[in-house]
Amino acid sequence: MKPILIRNGHLIDPATGIDAPRDLLLAEGKVIAVDKTGKIKHTIQYPDAEILDAKGLVVAPGFVDIHVHLREPGQGYKETIASGTAAAAAGGFTSVCAMPNTVPVNDSPETTRWMLAPERDAVIRVFPIAAATRGSMGETLTEYGSLRAAGAVAVTDDGKPILGDRIMRESLIAAARAGMPVIQHAEDTRLTGGCSMNAGPVAFRLGLRGMPVEAESGLVERDIRLLAEINDARAHLHVAHLSTRSALDAVRKARRNGLRVTCEVTPHHFVLNEEAVGDYNTDAKMNPPLRAESDRVAMIEGILDGSVDAIATDHAPHAAHEKEQEFERAPNGITGLESALGLAISILHIRHKMPLSRVIALLSTQPANILSLKGRGTLAIGSPADIVVFDPGKTWTFRAAASKSKSKNTPFDGWALQGKVHTTISEGRIVYREGNQL
Amino acid sequence: MAVKKKSSKASTRVVRKPAASGKKAAQQSIQSVIHPASLLSITQLSLEEVQSILALADQLEKEPPIRSEQRLFKRRVALLFYESSTRTRTSFELAAKALGADTTLVSDKSSSIEKGESLKDTGLTLRALGAECIILRSPYSGAPYLLAEATGLPVLNAGDGMHEHPSQALLDLRTILNRLGKSGSISSSTLKGVTITICGDIFHSRVARSNALLLPRLGARVILCGPAPLLPETAAQIAPKDASGSVVIERDFDRALAQSQIVMMLRIQAERLAGLALDLEEYKSRYQANAERIVRYAAKSVIMHPGPMIRGLEITSEVADGPQSVIEEQVRNGVAIRMALIARALSEQSTASGISMRKNSR
Repeated sequence: MKPILIRNGHLIDPATGIDAPRDLLLAEGKVIAVDKTGKIKHTIQYPDAEILDAKGLVVAPGFVDIHVHLREPGQGYKETIASGTAAAAAGGFTSVCAMPNTVPVNDSPETTRWMLAPERDAVIRVFPIAAATRGSMGETLTEYGSLRAAGAVAVTDDGKPILGDRIMRESLIAAARAGMPVIQHAEDTRLTGGCSMNAGPVAFRLGLRGMPVEAESGLVERDIRLLAEINDARAHLHVAHLSTRSALDAVRKARRNGLRVTCEVTPHHFVLNEEAVGDYNTDAKMNPPLRAESDRVAMIEGILDGSVDAIATDHAPHAAHEKEQEFERAPNGITGLESALGLAISILHIRHKMPLSRVIALLSTQPANILSLKGRGTLAIGSPADIVVFDPGKTWTFRAAASKSKSKNTPFDGWALQGKVHTTISEGRIVYREGNQL
Repeated sequence: MAVKKKSSKASTRVVRKPAASGKKAAQQSIQSVIHPASLLSITQLSLEEVQSILALADQLEKEPPIRSEQRLFKRRVALLFYESSTRTRTSFELAAKALGADTTLVSDKSSSIEKGESLKDTGLTLRALGAECIILRSPYSGAPYLLAEATGLPVLNAGDGMHEHPSQALLDLRTILNRLGKSGSISSSTLKGVTITICGDIFHSRVARSNALLLPRLGARVILCGPAPLLPETAAQIAPKDASGSVVIERDFDRALAQSQIVMMLRIQAERLAGLALDLEEYKSRYQANAERIVRYAAKSVIMHPGPMIRGLEITSEVADGPQSVIEEQVRNGVAIRMALIARALSEQSTASGISMRKNSR
């Protein structure tokens, strides 16, 4: 692995508070030096360093996506760990946290280790999130301690929310002991049977059964109540892909009450509303569904006022034949890794004037903190050399066909976006270079 | 052009899909655009098109059979039915045959659909077998869009899930206009001053949606009537934004009746209730069209029902078979309307433009 000197760039590292022109020296997979432009003298110690000219570009800690579906084991036709991490690298991500709804469900240290094995050919760091209950059936807890030891960073039954009060309480307690958060896909499935989009006038007109807002907010409120009852400072609830104003309000209130509750929002929930379903576009079908415009605006407000801790993509690849079905039969989910930065910059930075440092914090530093991913989301000296170099001013057209993901199910195909990844470096290795097959 | 509705204006103002490039990319997964002579939703028809379909129905109905039979002689029309049907299927079939077309019926119970063949593949198979038009009934809302996009053929929606039943709305309109003695041109004031109550299981009804989307555009005031579980408050928002008429909700059937020249009764769709518990006795007492209620509140109104009826539940025999009922007339109008829709789908003009559109898309 050759040392890399990134020169002439504008470095933004929310973790160390740097937002200034800086050069960056990477060697042996770590950040070795950060200094003013032209100040790093590498020629003696690292004469063979590759020079990366980042003039006009932003240099930041690599992005951290705490909610992706890599589909392995079991569904390699949708995505593999190799293809999913390649897509992530192209999107500027250097760490992804893989959800356990694989086949079989990742509810064991064996599966967790299998996912982490070098044979998977991951091009960036993968952090598995293990099932909170065996088979994600919501009945018996998995072994949190041994899952953690095998490499799991959190537990969840994503997609199959934990409805029972008793088992959710047990999960929060056991996860607190193991030093992990419980991630909940907040959906009271007793209220959403047969539903395929958000409840409201659009669903009525399209003749589709709608998921009410209460199905999300009700479960978030229940989880917060359980967290309060446990009264253990270590207990941490993380709300996945939050999509409604009322659920966000519940999170805000819980935090004011001192509870350890964090939440993430996906790009599609702050960019699109339910109208994007159009005439049954299955690439606009996901769970939670695209909501009313007022909820979309609430997501933006929550991001701007700091209530939202992270942007996560919920990257959910599906094969073309699965999405080319009747709307109600098509599976939920869209890909998201390669459009996340462009959407975040176009909407949050350009339209809503959010400083780039805060956009980067939402994509990198804060998600790394939520799951305690040590050394990720920071450019502090000695931390892993996970770097993204991007051009915040470059406009480009996102093409699903050009995606590195195996699947092309995205509602953003053909969109003009601003903000494009130039280079992604994972632990000192260049894993993506714009316009260049590695 | 394709009948795609515009999506999410508010949220895509900054990040916009560039029209030309976005379209090109979308076609990599969808081979064809929607054929312009398809009828997927009643909302895709302008009032001028509604008028020309009604005029064509009149013309075809009067025409000597020997002449009609030559119109689509030996053309191939496929009926693809994923749900049982008596009226719609038979009238589409009779309509196609009256125009001289060959018809073939594919139903889910006797085809490879049972073996798991997808709607897309079924449509492509029918196209390869020479089908020039597909009439689709599906239990899934929106299925006709998928079929039309996959095949590029004119697709006629014969009822899709809870979404729409556009040919029913057209035949209902024909029935209403005949009864009100209105003929000639159709405009945004044709049904001005007319109140039409649609009563019953609105939530599950594609007939209610198509009618509520069409009639207010002609100036009608549409009252939706039913209990909350079968009629959510959001239903009133279905009225097209530019409609000259309106859609309102009235939970009191008697009050709705007293205002209405036209009353459309709907069946409770037990097959779509999905666990919804309904007290049928209470329902009958509040919403049944029975002789006592009709005599008292709507003695002069026209009584309609798209069928199938559950006699003794939403409507009694006295009313269904009574002098105010036009239920059989609706069925008869169905054949004429569907002849017009099939003729429109397979007319030289639309076929030609359809082919050129498909070519352009590739």
